[in-house]
Amino acid sequence: MSKSIQSVQCEHLDKMDIVWDRPDTLIDVPMHYCPGCGHSVVHRLIMEVVQELNIQDITIGVAPVGCSVFSYNYMDVDMQEAAHGRATAVATGIKRVLPDKIIYSYQGDGDLAAIGTAETIHTINRGENIVMIFVNNGIYGMTGGQMAPTTLKGSVTSTTPTGRDLSIHGHPLNIAEMIAILPGAYYVTRQAVNSAKTVRKTKKALLRGFKNQIDGKGGVSFIEVVSNCPSGWKMTPLQSNKWLDDNMLGTYPLGDIKVPEKIA
Amino acid sequence: MKKRVSEKILMKGNEAIAEAAIRAGVKAYFGYPITPQSELLEYMSAQLNSRGGVFLQAESEVAAINMVYGAAGCGERVMTSTSSPGFSLMQEGISYIASAELPCLLVNVQRGGPGLGTIQPAQSDYFQAVKGGGHGDYNLIVLAPNSVQEMANFTYLGFDLADQYRTPVLILADGALGQMMEPVVFPDYDIVKNKVDHSSWATRGKKDGKQHVITTLHIEPEKMEIINNHLQEKYRDICDKEIRFEATKTDDAEILLIAYGLSSRIAHHALELARDEGLKVGLFRPITLYPFPYRQIRALTKKVDSILTVEMNAGQMVEDVRLAVGEKVPVHFYGRTGGVIPQPEEILEKIRAISIAPQMEKIF
Amino acid sequence: MKQEIVIAGFGGQGVLSMGMTLAYGGMVENKDVSWMPSYGPEMRGGTANCTVILNDEKISSPIINSFDTAIILNQPSMAKFESKVKPGGQIIYESNNILTPPTRSDITILDIPANKEAVKLNIKRVMNMIILGTYLGLNPVLKIESILKALTKVLPGRHHHLIPINQQALERGMELATQPTIM
Repeated sequence: MSKSIQSVQCEHLDKMDIVWDRPDTLIDVPMHYCPGCGHSVVHRLIMEVVQELNIQDITIGVAPVGCSVFSYNYMDVDMQEAAHGRATAVATGIKRVLPDKIIYSYQGDGDLAAIGTAETIHTINRGENIVMIFVNNGIYGMTGGQMAPTTLKGSVTSTTPTGRDLSIHGHPLNIAEMIAILPGAYYVTRQAVNSAKTVRKTKKALLRGFKNQIDGKGGVSFIEVVSNCPSGWKMTPLQSNKWLDDNMLGTYPLGDIKVPEKIA
Repeated sequence: MKKRVSEKILMKGNEAIAEAAIRAGVKAYFGYPITPQSELLEYMSAQLNSRGGVFLQAESEVAAINMVYGAAGCGERVMTSTSSPGFSLMQEGISYIASAELPCLLVNVQRGGPGLGTIQPAQSDYFQAVKGGGHGDYNLIVLAPNSVQEMANFTYLGFDLADQYRTPVLILADGALGQMMEPVVFPDYDIVKNKVDHSSWATRGKKDGKQHVITTLHIEPEKMEIINNHLQEKYRDICDKEIRFEATKTDDAEILLIAYGLSSRIAHHALELARDEGLKVGLFRPITLYPFPYRQIRALTKKVDSILTVEMNAGQMVEDVRLAVGEKVPVHFYGRTGGVIPQPEEILEKIRAISIAPQMEKIF
Repeated sequence: MKQEIVIAGFGGQGVLSMGMTLAYGGMVENKDVSWMPSYGPEMRGGTANCTVILNDEKISSPIINSFDTAIILNQPSMAKFESKVKPGGQIIYESNNILTPPTRSDITILDIPANKEAVKLNIKRVMNMIILGTYLGLNPVLKIESILKALTKVLPGRHHHLIPINQQALERGMELATQPTIM
């Protein structure tokens, strides 16, 4: 074992084409996310899109409260950190005074679908020309794994120790389907990041969303990403990705929910 | 640029703030309807979009203040206005704005509380206005106009102070000042000359390789303390430089009235009635409620025999007056609550009583 | 010279605009003025009132509790404001709207059939201007020119063609002031 994998790579690097690299728009620091967490993947995808569209210097992001509260440490664009639930109100304030800039909000399920539901609905209903990114992992990760509005029936969390009882806690909230009926929602899709295939699809959805905004299409591009929380779910990353497939997607099926062409 | 002729206009206080804000180049206004400030929102809705700015009616005061956060974070001149219950809803956002040091103008046209209360004028949000209001160690600069003219003047001043100190500034008015009409002249204001460059920190898209981040999260205690020390230093600077007040007939006064905003107008009337009776009464009116003129009030205790604080609440500013005065002279209080406005005659009655028995009433 | 006036009646009788016209007229003559409305639910069909102060010097308090003149356009307002007129002051009220007239003997009381007169002028909505004319006839604190100038500010542009009829109403009110039915 005298040769590490890395040194083997280096040895052959000048003979090989670079097919995979960190986008310049992603700050080169270790992320604080737990191993296997979907946030890091989604961050990277957003930054790839920002780089490919060459919009780094006109993009302003809004970070939420939740695990991704520090996302401005990784995504190398101007960013504002919003109060819990208020990311889209903040994004509205930015977009209204700087309509030529590209604005996105990044929120988790507690932020977007519980404490910020009013802001979510009204931002979409106003048809703000922004990208809303919604990372749904069915749990409050940062505060220690409490029940989220999107927590599945029967799921054990730190505030549903015997599992989510629908008669007590209500039902998992399908926010994407809910907001898709609003005229201000231009593009609504649900994707995932638990496999190479789903990651590629999420990237496409993000690209589409940002392009919509650049093209000045009226309305919100809403991209839900069903993600995992290995720590909160008390699983290995691999188990969590499989569990997502087996359990989450039944309640939160993947695919486009509202596509502009289909409306027209 | 064509110079505007300064004409005297009869206007509501709420409208005067809106007009002054537009003349001061406000770029965005976000608000939500609530009596008795809705004329401000309506004036903005009718005027702002055609005069260079953006008006947006938010879904709640919570959303409105966070829209202010977003737009102020871009370095633009922005504002919101509300009345007491709405101001309570905004407190979280204001705490964030103070922490992130975002310049903006806030207006609270107070009504009687607590709870849904009444829509009639009150001054019962004093504590909330001057002691922070939301969570954490912060203060707002608080300006207290007492006429429609000052509603306009302090709007310009408020924006300038907000820019200068990178801090939220609050105009603390009340329902009467918002609803009443008085003549107002809008002073000339040079938007270009008064513009402050916020490009070194505002989020307007990453330029020159430097990422700008507006955040209030500093999870390491030592770092958060540095932020707090910086804020406190700024507040000390504000306390040194920005105290404003007005003293009327204090030179020979034996009884000193202390009142702000609308109650200072009523107290002034009471002063006139008392002087007619030969009672030597003066009036001290704090214009900035934060920073509060502690030293100026303390200095007056060398001259006067007793103090009467008049407020439209159960006794809030009087605590700051007592803090300024200590045991030097007796401090009395007269207030009405719940939207009831104290009458000059009631204050006169109290002045008469103090002139006979100036010793302090028991407060604890 | 200081005049403290309260105008009170039902919403829709032109209470607030009468006060506004008076205040604007005072401003035209470089007086210090203030106009303070009652606001809120009272504006929606209930009673409405406003106080107007005209002063040659600076007005201290815009909040007042007693008045030189009360202009009363409905019965509930009579109950509310009769006692608040200063001794030696006056009440001007609209005859049709008051069933129980005021009883004080230490003030001047005028009963003006402004509604009837407005009907005679063929436009009901000038009732408030007739009463204002009566007030100015009795209290020549402002010139009629100033009131007409004020109307150009108070009335929206689309109603400026009504200024002549308003002038007629003001003049009729002033005539009535010279032949009042003093009780």
